[in-house]
Amino acid sequence: MPSFRLVERFAAFLLSANFIQAHHVERKAGSPQTGGLRGRGATVPPTGAGALRKARREQQLISKRLLRDDASEEAEGGCVAMILGETEIQHFLRLAQQGTEEKERERALVSLRRGLQHPETQQTFIWLEGSMRTLVGLLTSNQALLQLEAARCLHELSHSEQSAVAEACLPATSYLLTYLSGHSSDFIELCLYTLGNLIVESEAVRRQLLPQGIVPALAACIQSPHLTVLEALGYALSQLLQVKEAPEMIIPSVLGSTLPEHILRLLQPGPKLNLGVAVEFAWCLHYIICSQVDNTLLISHGGLSTLGLLLLDMAGAVQRTEDTGLELLACPVLRCLSNLLTEAAMEVVGGQNQLEDERVVAALFILLQFFLQKQPSLLPEGLWLLNNLTANSPSFCTSLLSMDLIEPLLQLLPVSNVVSILVLTVLCNVAEKGPAYCQRLWPGPLLSCLIGTLASPDIEVVGQSLELLQLLFLYQPEAAKDFLQQSGLQVLERHQEEAQLQDRVHALQQTALHQ
Amino acid sequence: MQLPPALHSRLAGGPGAAEPLPVERDPAAGAPPFRFAARRVRFPREHEFFEDGDVLRHLYLQDVLTQVTEAPERPRVPEFTCQVAGCCQVFDSLEDYEHHYHTLHRNVCSFCRRAFPSVHLLDVHILEWHDSLFQILSERQDMYQCLVEGCAEKFKTSKDRKDHLVRCHLYPADFRFDKPKKSRGPATPGAAVRASAEAPGDDGEQSGGDAMEVCSEHAASLPEPVGERRTSGHRIPSTICFGQGASRGFKSTKKKKGHQ
Repeated sequence: MPSFRLVERFAAFLLSANFIQAHHVERKAGSPQTGGLRGRGATVPPTGAGALRKARREQQLISKRLLRDDASEEAEGGCVAMILGETEIQHFLRLAQQGTEEKERERALVSLRRGLQHPETQQTFIWLEGSMRTLVGLLTSNQALLQLEAARCLHELSHSEQSAVAEACLPATSYLLTYLSGHSSDFIELCLYTLGNLIVESEAVRRQLLPQGIVPALAACIQSPHLTVLEALGYALSQLLQVKEAPEMIIPSVLGSTLPEHILRLLQPGPKLNLGVAVEFAWCLHYIICSQVDNTLLISHGGLSTLGLLLLDMAGAVQRTEDTGLELLACPVLRCLSNLLTEAAMEVVGGQNQLEDERVVAALFILLQFFLQKQPSLLPEGLWLLNNLTANSPSFCTSLLSMDLIEPLLQLLPVSNVVSILVLTVLCNVAEKGPAYCQRLWPGPLLSCLIGTLASPDIEVVGQSLELLQLLFLYQPEAAKDFLQQSGLQVLERHQEEAQLQDRVHALQQTALHQ
Repeated sequence: MQLPPALHSRLAGGPGAAEPLPVERDPAAGAPPFRFAARRVRFPREHEFFEDGDVLRHLYLQDVLTQVTEAPERPRVPEFTCQVAGCCQVFDSLEDYEHHYHTLHRNVCSFCRRAFPSVHLLDVHILEWHDSLFQILSERQDMYQCLVEGCAEKFKTSKDRKDHLVRCHLYPADFRFDKPKKSRGPATPGAAVRASAEAPGDDGEQSGGDAMEVCSEHAASLPEPVGERRTSGHRIPSTICFGQGASRGFKSTKKKKGHQ
């Protein structure tokens, strides 16, 4: 269940009298380092969602992937990784560099890598003189397997929560970028995940990566046919797009590159759509779009129609119950669509970039039902899209009526207060279009539902119910009569003393009584 | 949530918009004390509305919701040797061989046998090292191109290029793929064949040393055909397929193991 804070913020946001379309909520000042939650992959036990939400609010929510080649670790006999001291690190590095037998050199690096799983080893390593230099030397050697192991060591370091460790990896970044234009897909994948981790951890690293050409490097690499590379690239790019300076420093150059076209290409529905890849790039798109840098560009590249078709595709997957993990893709896609619909370019009626296909509404409801079963916390996001589809569109409002979707919508009311407010808002979108619409809303199950929501302890839910009532009374006068017969007045009376509601309650009482 | 059965067939049908019912608004609608107005809503980056979805994304990346992402098990095969002439490396997995091949044999200069991490760097090398026309032209115009993808700058000398890499692109001064050349004799193909797998006697920085070296003096070179064929003719064709068509795909689904 969403927290009450979320309810208040959202309700106030929707209902505020000074709401303007391009409303910018002030970003909360980043709180000082509270050591907020950062996960560490499989070793973290499942944490309460409350703690994660707190971390997200404090902008401390940092995700990193950790690729561990568990298969090869098992082959080593499954030894537990130990913390390494200075001497041991030096020993392994020397062996790796100067050992006579290649297998021996490789094994030395494997031992180092496993030691580097420990933060203590990482600290010792970065403070040891010449260690990074040696590692970079091995990374750039032509001994392929040594190179791979050195890259894995670097990857372990990239997962550190200490920005000092990430910054110690700076000497390697130009090489990581160079290797992105190579051919070895496993190696490239590793470099990408490492870069993604480093990006998140330190602004100093980002300040170096940008002039080193990370954006063009990614734009070249995104043409790879390898799905594993693409998924890794999407991850790295999503981390890059998510950082706080992204709107000013990163997104403009991303938009100026060929990346947007490729991202949209990789989101095209069809037999070649790979879910893991699509999830990453959908999130990339979300970070770009919600930063409001130049969404018109994305629309002109056909972003809206690609996302619309993807929505249909996802609904189809739900129908075929091939929906494992689909919510991970649905979430960013819904966000992208909802935000894109607010662009001025969308105001051009009948333009080529319009989203007018009513199958989108059908698909959205299929997804809403899916969310209800699998991930109710995403219902608000789905309903947000429904609001944006119906707000200015008589056609979509008509679709809701003609496809008999009002009743299913009403069935969502009990889920939560946020969901109730959104459902009522969508109903208001329909009702405000006039008598032809209200006649299809009343009579029907709406009455008893409204009596129910009017009894809610939540002021915003009641408030939105009052708005809907006003519209119904205005355009469908019989509604007032029915309302009285169902003891609606008594329900209204309960709120007569409530400051935020009393004016509207009073007005409705007057209207009802004068019918 | 009960959806009308016709909905599913509507999804399967063709695109279309509903003919809208007539819109007829009364100015009293949403008038004070009421306040409703139909509006599209926009949420910026940090809005709290995104909290739940962001947490979901975080958990996904943390592999809590799904199972731990594991690198695919490398199937072990009977040992085989690299087929490239002069290379005797032995492998027991296709992935290891693929990386070896790409590192050592893929972008190899057939003049001097140096291996490069990418086609781009190989092309620049061939141009700057083995192309006599390049030497001539570089006396009159800026020919040394910046190594960073997307940067179109060119320079008179390799030193100028290096300064640019360090200053503008924050590259390390000892970037391995842009090392100045130590003077050598004339380079002739076949005469200085270096095994691509460098002797392990080198120190760490130079191991496998295929530094991209810049010609600071003219080297006698064989007559070559002019034009584009010069560079493309000396790359090893990339017709190798490693049969690794199976992709990792959406990793987590593999690990469901019936838990779903």
